[in-house]
This record gives sequence, structure tokens and C-alpha cells, in this order.
Amino acid sequence: MKRAAPGTLLLLSTGCRARYAVFDTASPEAHRIANLHWLMLGICVAVAVAVLALLGIALVRRDRGRYSDGSARRVRAVAAGAAVSAFLLLVLLVASVLAGREITAPGGPQALEVRITGHQWWWEISYPGSSPSEEVVTANEIHVPVHRPVRFLLSSGDVIHSFWVPRLNGKKDLIPGRLTRHIFQVDRPGVFRGQCAEFCGYQHAHMGFVVVAEDPARFDAWLAAQRGIAAEPAGPSAVHGRTVFLSSPCVLCHTIRGIGAFGHKAPDLTHVASRTMIAAATLHNTPGNLAGWILDAPRVKPGTRMPPNTLAANDLLDLVAYLESLR
Amino acid sequence: MRAAAAILALALAAAAAGCQKSRRVLHEKAPLAARPESIALGSLEAGPKSPPLSMKNPYEGNAYAETEGQRLYGWYNCSGCHFRGGGGIGPALMDDVWIYGKEPGNVFATIVEGRPNGMPSWRGKIPDYQIWQIVAYIQTMKAERGVSAAPGPRQEHLQAGEGRTSR
Amino acid sequence: MSAPAERLREETAGLPSGTDRERENLAYTWRKREGILGLLSSVDHKTLGARYIVTAFAFFTLGGLEALAMRIQLARPENRFLNPDLYDQVFTMHGTTMMFFFAVPVMLGIGLYFVPLMIGTRNVPFPRLNAAGYWFYLIGGLYLYASFFANGGPDAGWFSYTPLSASEFSSGHRLDAWVQIINFTEVSALIVASSLIVCIFKQRAPGMSLNRIPLFVWAMLVTMIMIVFSMPAVIFAAGSLNSDRSLGTHFFNPAEGGDHLLWQHTFWFFGHPEVYIIFLPALGMISCILSAFCRREIFGYNAMVLSLVSTGFLAFGLWVHHMFATGLPQMGQSFFTAASMMIAIPTGVQLFCWIATIWGARPRLEPPVLYVLGFFLNFLIGGMTGLMLASVPLDLQLHDTFFVVAHLHYVLIGGSLFPLLGALYYWFPKMTGRMLDRRLGILSFAVLMVGFNLTFFPMHELGMKGMPRRVYTYLPDRGWNGMNLAASIGAGLIAIAILLYVANVVKSLRRGRKAEANPWRAETLEWAAQSPPPAYNFVRLPIVASRSPLWQEELGYVTGMPTDKRELLVTHALDAAPSHREEVPGPSGIPFTFSVILCLALIGSVFSPWWLIIGSLASIPPAIAWYWTEEKP
Repeated sequence: MKRAAPGTLLLLSTGCRARYAVFDTASPEAHRIANLHWLMLGICVAVAVAVLALLGIALVRRDRGRYSDGSARRVRAVAAGAAVSAFLLLVLLVASVLAGREITAPGGPQALEVRITGHQWWWEISYPGSSPSEEVVTANEIHVPVHRPVRFLLSSGDVIHSFWVPRLNGKKDLIPGRLTRHIFQVDRPGVFRGQCAEFCGYQHAHMGFVVVAEDPARFDAWLAAQRGIAAEPAGPSAVHGRTVFLSSPCVLCHTIRGIGAFGHKAPDLTHVASRTMIAAATLHNTPGNLAGWILDAPRVKPGTRMPPNTLAANDLLDLVAYLESLR
Repeated sequence: MRAAAAILALALAAAAAGCQKSRRVLHEKAPLAARPESIALGSLEAGPKSPPLSMKNPYEGNAYAETEGQRLYGWYNCSGCHFRGGGGIGPALMDDVWIYGKEPGNVFATIVEGRPNGMPSWRGKIPDYQIWQIVAYIQTMKAERGVSAAPGPRQEHLQAGEGRTSR
Repeated sequence: MSAPAERLREETAGLPSGTDRERENLAYTWRKREGILGLLSSVDHKTLGARYIVTAFAFFTLGGLEALAMRIQLARPENRFLNPDLYDQVFTMHGTTMMFFFAVPVMLGIGLYFVPLMIGTRNVPFPRLNAAGYWFYLIGGLYLYASFFANGGPDAGWFSYTPLSASEFSSGHRLDAWVQIINFTEVSALIVASSLIVCIFKQRAPGMSLNRIPLFVWAMLVTMIMIVFSMPAVIFAAGSLNSDRSLGTHFFNPAEGGDHLLWQHTFWFFGHPEVYIIFLPALGMISCILSAFCRREIFGYNAMVLSLVSTGFLAFGLWVHHMFATGLPQMGQSFFTAASMMIAIPTGVQLFCWIATIWGARPRLEPPVLYVLGFFLNFLIGGMTGLMLASVPLDLQLHDTFFVVAHLHYVLIGGSLFPLLGALYYWFPKMTGRMLDRRLGILSFAVLMVGFNLTFFPMHELGMKGMPRRVYTYLPDRGWNGMNLAASIGAGLIAIAILLYVANVVKSLRRGRKAEANPWRAETLEWAAQSPPPAYNFVRLPIVASRSPLWQEELGYVTGMPTDKRELLVTHALDAAPSHREEVPGPSGIPFTFSVILCLALIGSVFSPWWLIIGSLASIPPAIAWYWTEEKP
């Protein structure tokens, strides 16, 4: 039962910083917020300690003189306390407003634009290209280049969700009928977990996603690969797997570009094997997890829209082999 | 004290009765076979008459199934031919004219088997329990359900241009 | 003076005990009816107040059980104790129960019980209306829990954001139940509010001018005015949602010109003052406790009153801080940051004034004082995290995480429950005539202190580590396991603490030391009545000449009030000079009948609109009877 109280200034050690997602920052926005947090925490702790100390002294002190509920010394003390509080609050207000301006700056023309549409309970990600045929659609995993601002245009297809990657910036709601904007810029390559942060129904708890930050060359390569249609299956198992896919309920909801499957209600699977996680960052993308998910998704995420499926064992293995070939 | 006991008894009775309208099943079982068995279109069969299969809609009157049915009705593009129940390319679903039978079991069979002149067969493509949910939704469309029946799910049309579903 | 009269004088702590004949007449005039009819027809503010308190604590227990269920589910990752459907209902019920059925009604109940006593009057001005209000509250709660036990409990959170709460995503009658109970609880709050506002302005003891009103009464006055302005917002919001769900309107449907943020704005316009409605009476209770145990007036009366009023006023300007993540314009949001920080100033002034009161007084560390000290520590932490959340950038990281859960429980439990438990300990002798056990009181406080901090302090860390709220489970590799387990253990300790408190109450009701009129030697007028007060409160209505009437040399009294009619003395609003006498109705079964019919109409309307029509028509005869009769004793 570890209980490191954040109220102690010892937290400034990097060891503790690494355990707290909000302080383990990887972007200037999150860094700015973390700095603001330390300032606020410092002032708040100092004030709280001072007030408690005064209370402690008040409890043990014994009055010498007479007490009147308007005695001048006490009035001055209370007034001084109020004035100091007001001043400190002003400091916090100014710091907060200044930080707020920095984390919502528009990003400029060089920002990468990414559209995210929230669904119950997965994330539809699209990178608009210069023309509609260049658009890249994927799900639950966002790749961004480092050192370049990324502007997110957020909306929702059903209920209100909220997009949050603690290490990169605060959160922003995805509200149906509205377009909200969010921005961050990642400082260094890495993989960052995100999660939905607005209660959206049964599987709100498992609506996660992953942000992969990589250097621009690798990002461009990834984007180009994602733009392509599905890889041709190699080997009889994968070929049969494709047949199984096309004759199962899968095609009604999922898209695999290039083979004629264009369901738009569920994550795009054209490059599903390139993702590190499946089921909205709930399961690692391994053949076993994939097979279990296909067979009985509601076991993992009760209430999910994906139904359980009955597949003969060979069909299932071949289907998984095919999906695992879709890099 | 007795008043409290009476209230407790009432509460337990209510709990025991449950409320079928509000029942939610978050984890349906997978269908027994990959593709369900064919459902007879006529009543002729060899030998003595088999007892009739129960084709009651297990989700009849269940509010969650009706909303799920409404969602699936849009997802699987039933509205593409039947629109919002008024029909168009396909026949209307909210009137009293049913070519292939109006019992829930008949509607279920129609969806599973497909019908001539354009109704696709959804066998093996939509799980049975989802078909029953769609049937439950269709049952709310009936014009003659009566004023005092509970209202069916509302059509919200929430996408005002910024959503991406229903492409 | 004869010996019985002397004893009676002691019992009434300074007020003349009156003649035997006066007391007999008054007891007869203000008597209740017998049996079950007496139960259903009572209009005594003390009976109603006690009922509100007891019912509220019954709901508190249910809400606490829901909290325990949640903590059991969250103790381990990917736990299977509650499935998501049940968990969603449980956390919605927990929030709804605590906010609507415990926190506000218990404050209403204490206000209803003690405000008339503290200002020296015999009853509230609208006795039958108050009786009806209680039945609305009780029936609303029963309906909500009947729905919950029938698998129909609301499951979209206590705040019910659209579109999750709209009919497309919340089918059946679950959310209809939530929408309806808003009507019940808020109408009962409005009823108590209107009674107490009139009572405080127009029925104070002669001589109790505005600058002599006890701080608790000021706190209740500000709270009641806040209720009057904030409850209509939520009734409007819930009514619009009801209309969207049942009638097909589009208040919250952007495709037809509505807006989801409309729900958030109207709900939080109520929701933020709501928490101050829960908080302000607790501030009043702390003043009562501290002045009694420090044996001196609270320091800085004017500053205290101005702080209460400005807190109540400012509370209406904060609501957008619940919506910082919705993409509203930055400048507008900064205004709400400023307001949210500004409201800390009057609260701070109150804290400083209390410290100035305690300074040098060496108060005895009885359980009420211990609870106040617990308030200081816990509320300070809660207030500090509140300031952190008031800042937009920091809120964008911490919003909708367990950090907020920690904050809200620190301010609501630390800021309201602790003073409430202390105040109940303080006022228990007055309400029941017996003292609570001191050692059990200290023990339950200590266990609560430990359990509460063990439960909620780790949640600050959970939020900063990225754990969002309202999740039924979490993945095992996120690093949240230990803190969750700690919080769950703490929840068990809180349950034990509450059990100890309840055990103390139950034990003391039967075997507690008998209490005199003023066991704490406090200064406000309720301590001049017997313990427990008779139905008529005071034999002779007091006249006050200072802020601390019972610490005066001698207490004057009013003569000429009849003992054979139920009459109240109405005084002027500013200086409380006597104005006239007002006759008030006695016990009546009409409020109960009327509220049952209206409640059935509202509950039935969930299932069919005919109930509303029939119920409205059926409520006309009792309404007519209500207005045309004056129930004579």
C-alpha cells in the first residue's frame, strides 16, 4: 500500500514524476500544465500549513486579556489573512490564464490536422489528405510526428466522449453536433496511453487509445502505408481467412479496403495488424487475444456493440491468420 | 415498524417481479451454429405434425431491445429500402399489410431467409438475437399500438453534420 | 418560588416557566392527534424536521451501501462483482441519493427543527405546506428506490448528461424515474425554503434585529434564498429532458436546433449552488458549536454575515467550471476561473474569524469540537484542490478523473458531513433529552477521520496517474491497483465509523444521561426550551436584547399571547418590533392526501399521460379543502 502524499515537496524528484502520468510530460503543453500545478500546489500547501498552524496555536493558547468580538488586533489579523489570500489568488489566477493561453494556441499552418470521431466505445481516426482519395482512416491508434503541432478536430457520432492523453495535454470533449478543437505537440518519440474521460455508457472504462509519436520520416512512411489497400493474403490459410471474413457477419460492420468489405459501423481493419492493441486499447494485439475477441467480445467488454460469433475452429484460425497479415 | 415492514415487503415484491421492460443483457451467447437452420415457409411436412416451434419474440416489450433494434435498423441499412417504416423501395413496415405474415416469428423468418423481389437473406450475417431486437423495434412501429402503449424509441437524428456514421 | 417552579426555571434556562395553567392550555392547544392519524397529520416543525433528518439518514445508509458496492468492485482490476449495467446504476443512485435525498434534506430538516427555536417562535408560518413537502420527499425517494430494485434505476450519472440520458441511448423508464424525482425533491426543498425565509424575516423574537440573528440562522437564510433561485433551473432542465424523452421535443437535439450544452448549462447553474446549499448550513453549525465551546461570541459577526451572503451570491457565478473541457471560449472560461477563486475569499474570512474565536479560548475537546477540527483539516484540503481545479489548464488534466472525486468528497464530507455529525452530537440533547456517549463519540470521530482520509486521499494520486471517473473497472497494468485497494479498505472504515455513530445514538436514546435544558451552556434561544422542547416550544416567548440571549442577565418575555389559540407573533423584518398576531392551522390530513395524489399523478405520468390528467383533477378537492378550512385544534 504505497501512499506517497503529493502534498510533500519531495515529489519533485524525477522518480515520483515518472509514476504520475500528468507530470511525466512529453509535450510543451503538458509541461506547462505540470509547472502550473507545482506552483499552485506549492502555494496551496503553504497556505494550508499556515492556517493549520494558526489553528494549532489557537487551540493551545490561553487568553490573557479580555476578549471582544471586535478587538482591533484580531480584526487586523483577519483582514491581513483575507488580503494575503486575495493576493495569492490573484497570482494563481494570472498564472492560470497565462498557461491557458499557451495550451490552446491554434498551432499555425504547419499543424497536422487529425479528425477524431468518438463512438461507443472506440475512436475513429482520420487524416484528411489533399483529396478525398488520400484520406487515411484508422481506429484507436493515432500516429503523430514529433516536433510538429497536431490539431485535432473532435466530434462524436453518438454521445459525449472526451479525448485525453495525460502526458501530452489536458482533455477535450467530443460533443455530437459540435466540432471541438484540441492541440498538442510531442517532444520525443514514444507510445502514450489515452482514455475516454466522459462517461459514455457501459464500456466507458475500456474506451482507450494509443498515441504513437515517431520522427517525421517514419510517420510519413506509416501514413503512406495506411493509405494503401489491404495486403494480399499469402498462403492458403490467410486466403481462406479472407473468405471467412467475407462470408461472416464481420463484413456488415467492418471495412477492409480492397476486398469489397465496406461496413462503416466499426473500426477500419485494413491495417489492423499494424496496431499494438485491439478493442480500444483493452487487449494487446496478439493472435490469442484477437481470436478471443472475435469469438466472444462481450466477455471482455460486456455491452459492447460487437456480437459474439460462432466460427468453426479452422475458420477462426484462418481468419486470425488473415487479419494478422494486414499490416 | 409495521409500516416499514410493509414497505420492505412491497419493495421485495417489486424486485422479484423485476421489470422486463428494463432488462438488459450485456453478454448474449454466440449462436449455436454459424448459420441458423432454415425456417419452414409452409406447414406441410412428412409424418405426424411436429409440435410448433415457439417463435415468440423473447425481447417483446423490452425497451433496451427496442432501442438496440432501432440502432441496428439504421446500421444494417434496413432504412435504405424501408426508410423509417413508411417503405419506399421495400414495403412499409408500420402499416397492417404484411405479405409474408405479421407475427414476430414470420418477420424473423423473412429477415433470415430473404424474400423475392429484393429482400436479402441475412442468414449468417446478423446474429439471431440482433434479428429479434430488430423485430422488437419493428413491432413498435405499428400504427395501431394504441395511445396508452408505452412510446417507442425516439428518432433523434443526432448527427447535425459533424458526426461520421451513417455513411 | 415553589420548588417545582424553581426546577422548571432551571429546565428552561432563564425563561420564566409560566403557570401550570398556561402550560396545560398550551399543551392542549398545540397537541398532536393520536395514532396513525397523528403521524399523517402532524404539522409540528420539530416533528417534520426530525422526520427529514431520520429519512435523510436512511437514504444516507442506502447511498453508503452503494458506495461500498462500488469500492468492492474497484478494489481489484477487472473485478466481476458488478457488471457494467449494475455499476452504472449503482454510481448514479449513489450520487442521486446523496445529493438529492440526503445532503439537502438533512440540512432542510435541521433548519426546520432549529430555526424556529433559535428565533423564539412557536412554529413555521406554513405548517400544512411543510407537511406536504415532507411527503413529496419521502414518496419521491421510495419511487426512486422501487425503480432501482426493479432493475429500473437511472444509469446515466447523477448529472444525466444528454445525449446519454436522451431516449435514444437510455431506453425504458430508468431515466424517466430520475427526471421525476427531481420534481419531488426540489419541490420539497422550495417548500421548506419559502417557509423558513418568511419565518426568519417575520417571526423573530422581539428585539432580535438583523444584527442579532444567530449566525446559524443567517446561514440557513442564505441557503434558503439560494434554493429559491437555483431549484427552478434544475426543474426546468429535468422538465425539458422529460419533454424530450416523452413528447419528442428537441431541447437537446442539435440536429433540430437544440444543444447538448444547454443541458450542461442549466443543470450546472443549479448544480453548483447545490453544493453550496449543502455547505452553507454546515458553516452555520460550526459557528454554533464554536461559540458554545469557546464560551464566547464568534469573532467578527459582520464579517461572518457578509461572508455568508457573498458566498451565496458568488456561488451562482461558478457553474461553467464544470464545463471547462467542452470547448467554450477561453476568455469566458477565465471569468469562471476568477469567480471560482474569488469565492475562496469569504470562506477564508470565515476560517480566520473562527481561528480568532478559538484563539485563547481553550475549548474543551468534546466530540462536536473534534468534528469541527476535522472539518478544518479536511475542508482545507478540499478547498485547495478546488482552487487547483478552478484553473482551466489544470482542470483540463484533472477533470473527470478521480482527483475530482477526491476533491468533491473532501469538501462535501469534510465540509458538510463532519460539521453535521458534530452538530447532531451537539443538538442531540435538545432533540431527545439525553446526552450521547462521549467515548463512543470520540471513537466514531477518530475512525471516520482515518477511514475518510484513507479512502479519498489516494484518489488525488489516482487522478494524477490518469484514472478517469465513472469507470466500472480498470486494466491491471495502469498502476492504479494499490491506491484503489487502499481506498476500498478506507471505505470499510467509514462504514464502521458510521455504525459506531448510529450505535451511539441508539444506545443513548434508551440509556443516555438525561439532559437539562442547556447542557453546553450555549447562548442561543433553542437552549431556553426544555429538552426535548414541548410542542409549543416556549411557555413564554422570549425578548432578546443581544446576540447571545442566554448569556444575558435576564431574559424578557412577551405577555398577552393567547394560550387557547394557535397563534404566532409576527414582527417586523428589520428590527423585529412586534407587528401583529397570526393564527396558524393545526394538524390536518389534507397535506398528506394532496401530496399522495400529486405524487401518484407524477409517477404515473411516466407510464401513461392519463395519470397526470386524472391526478390533477383528483387533487382539486383536497386543494379546495386546504384553502377553505382552517383546522382548529
